Amino acid sequence: MRKFKEFIIEKLILACGLACVFFVILIFLFLLKEGLAVFKTINPAKFLFGKNWYPISEPAQLGILPLIFGSLLVTLGATIISVPIGVACAVYIAEIAPLKIKEILKAGIELLAAIPSVVLGFIGMITLVPLVKNIFHLPTGLTALSGSIMLAFMAMPTIVSIAEDALYSVPKSYKEGALALGATHWQTIYRVMLPAASSGILAAVMLGIGRVTGETMAVMMITGNAALMPHSFLQPVRTLTATIAAEMGEAVVGSEHYFALFAIGIVLFVISFAINVTADLFLHRKK
Amino acid sequence: MRNPRRTQNIAFFFLLLATLLIVVPVGLIIAIIVQKGFPAINWQFLTDIPRQGMRSGGIFPAIVGTIYLVCGAIIFALPIGLLSAIYLSEYSGDNFLTRMIKLAIVNLAGVPSVVYGLFGLALFVVFFKFGASMLSGSLTLGIMILPIIITTSREALESVPYAFREVSLSLGASKWQTIRHIVLPNAIAGILTGTILGLGRAAGETAPILFTVAAFYLPQLPHSIFEQVMALPYHLYVISTQVPNVDEKIRYGTALVLLMLVLFMNLIAIIIRYRFRKKKKW
Repeated sequence: MRKFKEFIIEKLILACGLACVFFVILIFLFLLKEGLAVFKTINPAKFLFGKNWYPISEPAQLGILPLIFGSLLVTLGATIISVPIGVACAVYIAEIAPLKIKEILKAGIELLAAIPSVVLGFIGMITLVPLVKNIFHLPTGLTALSGSIMLAFMAMPTIVSIAEDALYSVPKSYKEGALALGATHWQTIYRVMLPAASSGILAAVMLGIGRVTGETMAVMMITGNAALMPHSFLQPVRTLTATIAAEMGEAVVGSEHYFALFAIGIVLFVISFAINVTADLFLHRKK
Repeated sequence: MRNPRRTQNIAFFFLLLATLLIVVPVGLIIAIIVQKGFPAINWQFLTDIPRQGMRSGGIFPAIVGTIYLVCGAIIFALPIGLLSAIYLSEYSGDNFLTRMIKLAIVNLAGVPSVVYGLFGLALFVVFFKFGASMLSGSLTLGIMILPIIITTSREALESVPYAFREVSLSLGASKWQTIRHIVLPNAIAGILTGTILGLGRAAGETAPILFTVAAFYLPQLPHSIFEQVMALPYHLYVISTQVPNVDEKIRYGTALVLLMLVLFMNLIAIIIRYRFRKKKKW
């Protein structure tokens, strides 16, 4: 009897162990199920490379290129800002900060990770957006630049914590060797620690980028939501994520618009899948 | 000839500067919200329904809605997440299947939150015909926080020394008895930490509940799990972007309540972790 009970429990545990695999597949299947329907009426190339996104006009124009460029622009901006600052912060925390200050800094970073994105979006609307507007004398501060700055900020916890882990896992003997040869602490960091931790840092950067491309609420609130081809950082843009969030509420279930939004979901899923698998490879190569 | 000492000082200065660039704004953001939101908080604000097109009154339905959603999510995610963590830490071998599961967890953690919203809409709202309801929203949030619960629980389980298990097994206990009576009690603090962190995450997310549950304006409490509810993060989004001329005080007040709710949960998690570390028997 007990053996039977044990058997049942073990099978149950195995089933739950597989739950994550099941959900990932389920998410992908349902995105495909709803998203692929749009390609009955529009061919994939036109969907991906069409320059006009007017989902409500008659006939609807469903080209997501402006949205892809919107996401790319904002992600590029956020990466340029967040990578140097994030990695520098990780180096400071891992190598330089005294123990007590280190704890405070780590708590601060954890705190940032905990703040809901809608709260950050709200604060960004009230503080960052007017600032950008005034500095560049723009008609509106809701621009790709504002979005990039905010997203860079939101990517920091990911980048800092993973890069810091990578720096910690560099064998101590590397550092001791460099110091013993007369290198300064900075030379050791720059010439020995950073190269040794490079694959982990690369993974940190990739996961940071993944976080940025997937971010929805804050980016919807401060980038201005104009689905046009962007020409500069000082223009309103709209990202893939914001498009889904902003329009799904109005799309009729089963309409072309509804299917098109799911197709955007497929694009996002594939991007995040690719980023996460690659980052995972980098993290494992380290070991 | 460059002076390496000076180079080092300059470099360290910039590293410190970068760190401050991240940490100071965090402090500022919290300070601004607390300072401007605090005057809005009073008994009426916390217990009244929104009035005059959400321009006055309180946020009670949104607070209750968020609490319901979070509880629903945890009821769903905790058992699955915990058992999944037990599988990974106690049963799985170093094989292809384990690799796949770990990869799936990483991916699940990386899926954009709005894609969870789409998935919840397609599966729960449309396919299962739950409609936009607490059930759909809770399940969607539950799947979203699964990776957090699994990862933290697994760490907690794996930190229980191997000798504990060996002693229990050598005394004739079965594998499940060992897990149930030896491993789980010793890992409970870590599991609790993960659960609370998951709760905090679920409470703050907006995108997954946009199309699965959140009501724009619904000044009453739900009677069943098949009804819509208001939720704090969505309410903050609505009053800061969709409704014009809302008093700043109400916006800041709502942001403060949401922030406090989330930070409070994180604080509890940190305290549990800290106290447990001090009490550790091994």
